[in-house]
Amino acid sequence: MDITVNILLTIATAATPLLIAAIGELVVERSGVLNLGVEGMMIMGAVGGFGATYLTGSPWIGLLAAIAMGAVFSLLFAVMTLSLATNQVATGLSLTLLGLGLSGMMGTSFVGQPGERLPNLYIPGLTEIPVVGRLLFGQDPIFYISIALTAAVMWFLFKTRTGLTLRSIGDSHTSAHALGIKVIRYRYLAVIFGGACAGLAGGHLSLVYTPQWVENMSAGRGWIALALVVFASWRPWRVLAGAYIFGAVWIGQLHAQAFGIPVPSQFLSSLPYLATVVVLVLISRNKRLTMMNTPASLGQPFVPDR
Amino acid sequence: MMRLELVKRPQRSMLFSALSPFIAFALTIIAGAVMFALLGVNPLTAFNIYFIEPISQVWQLHELAIKATPLILIAVGLSVCYKANIWNIGAEGQFILGGIAGSMIPVLFPQFEGPLVLPLMLLLGMVGGAAYAAIPALLKTRFGTNEILTSLMLVYVAQLFLDWLVRGPWRDPQGHGFPQTIQFNDSAVLPELMPDAGRANWGFVFALIAAVLVWILMSRMLKGFEVRVLGSSPRAGRFAGFGLNRMVFFAFLLSGALAGLAGISEVSGAIGQLQPVISPGYGFTAIIVAFLGRLNPLGIVAAGLVLALTYLGGEAVQSALGISDKVARVFQGMLLFFVLGCDTLIHYRIRLVGLALTRPEGAAKREAAPKLKEAR
Repeated sequence: MDITVNILLTIATAATPLLIAAIGELVVERSGVLNLGVEGMMIMGAVGGFGATYLTGSPWIGLLAAIAMGAVFSLLFAVMTLSLATNQVATGLSLTLLGLGLSGMMGTSFVGQPGERLPNLYIPGLTEIPVVGRLLFGQDPIFYISIALTAAVMWFLFKTRTGLTLRSIGDSHTSAHALGIKVIRYRYLAVIFGGACAGLAGGHLSLVYTPQWVENMSAGRGWIALALVVFASWRPWRVLAGAYIFGAVWIGQLHAQAFGIPVPSQFLSSLPYLATVVVLVLISRNKRLTMMNTPASLGQPFVPDR
Repeated sequence: MMRLELVKRPQRSMLFSALSPFIAFALTIIAGAVMFALLGVNPLTAFNIYFIEPISQVWQLHELAIKATPLILIAVGLSVCYKANIWNIGAEGQFILGGIAGSMIPVLFPQFEGPLVLPLMLLLGMVGGAAYAAIPALLKTRFGTNEILTSLMLVYVAQLFLDWLVRGPWRDPQGHGFPQTIQFNDSAVLPELMPDAGRANWGFVFALIAAVLVWILMSRMLKGFEVRVLGSSPRAGRFAGFGLNRMVFFAFLLSGALAGLAGISEVSGAIGQLQPVISPGYGFTAIIVAFLGRLNPLGIVAAGLVLALTYLGGEAVQSALGISDKVARVFQGMLLFFVLGCDTLIHYRIRLVGLALTRPEGAAKREAAPKLKEAR
């Protein structure tokens, strides 16, 4: 029983950063903006979170720093694509490249330093309940944030007027603009929210998942988060399901390596990436599902003609 | 509060079209100066070490050519993709597969020597890269799968595959356990151009030839026109009878083959064997090269040399000033940012205006009135 609980816990830990980054990107894409810089914002969050923890000794300050780092970094993308109407694909790519370089440079002195882990929740009495206790009341704080965030985004997008407005902008920025909606302002806020989420996801990597700084430690998770949004056809609860499936694949291959299954470890390591490709193919075969849900003005630059 | 406002130009500005890479480079230098100052280094000293010293001797120019070769080869192929609005960002993986496929001959048949070896290796490299690029192309045309994500995911798979090969079945048995293949025999190594002066090999010539050929293709042949039409307006392209699916394959196979050629040229020329890592991110840096070169093959040759210099400069400041060579990545990222930003100037004029809310209602209306007339 204990093994099952431990496996479930590690799956949750592996799924959390994917979930948070994907939920953030989902809001961004619902507003009609494609930010391919998730990987870059994530790694900046990771280095910011570790750095602030290292300097202040408090992983909580590190957590805030990770969020702030992601948000500030995404602002760069927002100014370029929204105010200067640059190509979103190219700008997102450059955000990722810049983030990978900048984080590597900032983190040079952190390599090999011991980190501090965010403490797990502990409620006397509740956490000690066998099996469910640790699953429900004994995880890291970011896990709870990720679940709350998913619920909040679901409610915001589909139950509030502002959420409706945001989705309408994503479907047709010209119509929204004609109705007097401040398209650019909404998109700025969406992009910054996405950046903050990606930063938080990065913070999870360097404060919970492996509390240390390793160069390129995001290892493509930002890209998998982007794929998750497509896989989920822009629905928050499907992102949740997808993130946990991927978390399971990620943990499954690690366990398989540890058990010494006679398959080269490199093949097992490539499973999450191959799974992403397979899942994308399966979902895109269903034309109706993707066509109906894709925000219609996704990725197109918008310049208001006043 | 101020905000930026873009005013569409009636036609694209030729002036800024020519100037924008230079403005971008100047802005990168300024931002780089700030960065070095923040790191506590005199910017002038740093720039001297970064941009001047690495190319002040002839042998160093050869090193520059070695670094520029893969960048130019890959970027030339990518420029065709991006012109057609097809987003192959997995060139890094195609580069690796090209390197692996081409190395099959010297690794598996080390006794095979003679003048046939190299041409076969180069051909296999191109086939390997193109075959790997065909996967995202097939998935896109067959199932409509997003090529950005699939091509990128395959990069990780390629890296792990190479890692397995050189640690497992292809490891040199006499290599004292080091994860690497045997040294290629002499007939499997790309010859140097001027062995007395430096290490630059024939790969650089391939890069120049590829740039010229693709330039001719894009500017003088129907295929190039097809690429541009489908890229700017797929609808117009359909009316003209150009097939989008065929274009996806064409662009991916061409860019994959060139990335594969870059891979085998690097392995056989600069390295001489397969190692767990054969590229410091050439496939990604080439994306920057493609944009800095304005997606024009001849511009890409110049841009490739500039980006190659950022690699050399990064190594130089690391050894001279003890700054991480990641500084090269930062320079490359900033450069792409500024290039994309400056490109806005080609199509738009930028105005700084006060926020409309702070102005009296009447002023906005009075401004709006003549606009309406214009519109009619």
